[in-house]
Amino acid sequence: MSDTLTLDAATSVAPAPRTAAHRRFVRQRRLNWIAVHSLGIAAALFFLLPFVFLFLTSLMSDDQTLGASIWPQHFEWSNYVNVFKVPGFTDWWKNSIEYSVIGTVLTVASSIPAAYALAKFRFPGRRVAMMAVISMMMLPPQVIIVPMYLLWTNQLHLTGTIWPLVIPMAFGDAFSIFLLRQFLLTIPKEYLDAAKVDGCGEFRTLTRVVLPMIKPAISAVALFQFFYCWNDFFGPQIYLAQNPNAWTVSYGLQTFHSAHHTDWNLTMAATLLVMAPVIIVFFFAQKAFIEGVTLTGVKG
Amino acid sequence: MSSTTAETGLSSTPSRARAGKPPVAPALKRKRRRELRVALAFLSPWLIGFVLFFAYPLISTVYFSFMHYDGYNPPNFVGTKNWTYVLTENPYFWTAMRNTLWLVLVMVTLRVIFGLGIGMLITKIKTGAGFFRTAFYLPYLAPPVAATIGFAFLLNPGTGPVNHVLGQLGLPQPGWFNDPNWSKPSLVLLALWGIGDLMVIFMAALLDVPTDQYEAANLDGAGPFQRFRYVTLPNIMPIIMFAVVTGVIQTLQYYTQAMVAGQVASGTLSGSGQNYFPGYPNGSTWTVPQLVYNLGFQSNDDIGSACVVSLVLFVLAMAFTSLLMRRRAGLMGDD
Repeated sequence: MSDTLTLDAATSVAPAPRTAAHRRFVRQRRLNWIAVHSLGIAAALFFLLPFVFLFLTSLMSDDQTLGASIWPQHFEWSNYVNVFKVPGFTDWWKNSIEYSVIGTVLTVASSIPAAYALAKFRFPGRRVAMMAVISMMMLPPQVIIVPMYLLWTNQLHLTGTIWPLVIPMAFGDAFSIFLLRQFLLTIPKEYLDAAKVDGCGEFRTLTRVVLPMIKPAISAVALFQFFYCWNDFFGPQIYLAQNPNAWTVSYGLQTFHSAHHTDWNLTMAATLLVMAPVIIVFFFAQKAFIEGVTLTGVKG
Repeated sequence: MSSTTAETGLSSTPSRARAGKPPVAPALKRKRRRELRVALAFLSPWLIGFVLFFAYPLISTVYFSFMHYDGYNPPNFVGTKNWTYVLTENPYFWTAMRNTLWLVLVMVTLRVIFGLGIGMLITKIKTGAGFFRTAFYLPYLAPPVAATIGFAFLLNPGTGPVNHVLGQLGLPQPGWFNDPNWSKPSLVLLALWGIGDLMVIFMAALLDVPTDQYEAANLDGAGPFQRFRYVTLPNIMPIIMFAVVTGVIQTLQYYTQAMVAGQVASGTLSGSGQNYFPGYPNGSTWTVPQLVYNLGFQSNDDIGSACVVSLVLFVLAMAFTSLLMRRRAGLMGDD
């Protein structure tokens, strides 16, 4: 926040103390402070109140959820236990964790070498390859879904399992490659040259010298991919819909409410539980994540 | 597109010859060839992925767009029949196109403006900055399905807490996701709630604006509006452009929220067997990606027509992607 402080000091030239002008200046600053923080509180309410409402609803009894009162009459903490008794719910968690963990590991492992080559090797066609990466990154998944589905179901007979979702991730993910490359570009070539002088081949340079230096980018990519898998709705809808045992939480959640006849309290408990892992992971890895978001846009 | 790798390998020699440089020494040539081999080795997993999961399905989509195919019987060639069907006869194509265009225009514009506003606010907040930053960022993390179900509950016209509060305040109670005129604005509201990604990008950009430019503007007697107009805006323009173009591409793919909101609001939230009619209410939440799913997977397995819609989506996405790849947009980095 030091930047904003200097910025403010710069924007208002402070007159000598104890004059009328100085008092005006102090008052002006105080008013500014109040205005900015009132706006901040209003915005915070907009962002946080939905969570509060959802949480309060998740603690209500079934028939109270449709009533006018916002505060629960009794706090039914047992909703959070009962929600796991809904058929399939625990399986969906297992499937989501499986999809997210396998998907993340495969993506990270397969994207690093490609990103390294695109950032640090000089070879003809490098620009074209980079354009291909960006095109893949921007491609709406629905564009290629029909042939992909036909391939997985008619030729490979793997629909209803997580394999159609995770196998493609073993071949590099465009967004991860892009983000890792942006980070790799900031590493001075001298480090790599030094490694080579010491007799490292390209592979050893990558594993021994480069990998330790790009840890922040790797954690950002891993987080993004974990969130992507956890949140994925379209993939499971295409490949897993026919097999309810293989559903993930993000997909299963939308069927939840009909299976339970508008039990909004249980639906809200489930909704918050599905949000929880992402938010917990975020709190532990906030710095890497924010760095990653910034990197995608700013250091381009 | 699949031939890019082959071109990549071959184009090296002609391009150098064209440059009219003196002949390359054999040792250097060997070194270059070795470098290319190493690069290809590092790129190989991605190259295989590019062919299998990008080039092949794309070509295949073009192929199927000229076929009649239901997924079971062998495909047969029907010329441009699918194309004329989608563009002139399908009752939902133009509805979906209009809705997607509406979302692109309104959602992207408001998200960029709101994101910039929140980004500026967070750079000005001094007390409790950490708390505010986390609070503003948190909704962006909520999984789309969960966030949409949550909003559908909160904005339920009859029983949701938002309308209860509005009613008590004597304010009008809109139909939100159940009213064709309010369903898309409700989706925009949901998108503004998840503004965290843009907030972070704009925050970083705003803190990068050189402070001496603000000082200079002050000495010239510039007010806050002029400082924004002549110092802040020109400095962050590239980031605004980036946010607009990526926002457009994301919105072209807009799918999950529209579909889940329609399902929950219609009250026919479906199990695996049931079908619900998409675009609820009254076709107002149809988007182009939903039409691909509907034609190819949901209604009558008209795979040819689904591929036509896919290709329309592809052309739109690539048109905007090419804007990103221009040098000024900066996505390519400094080569």
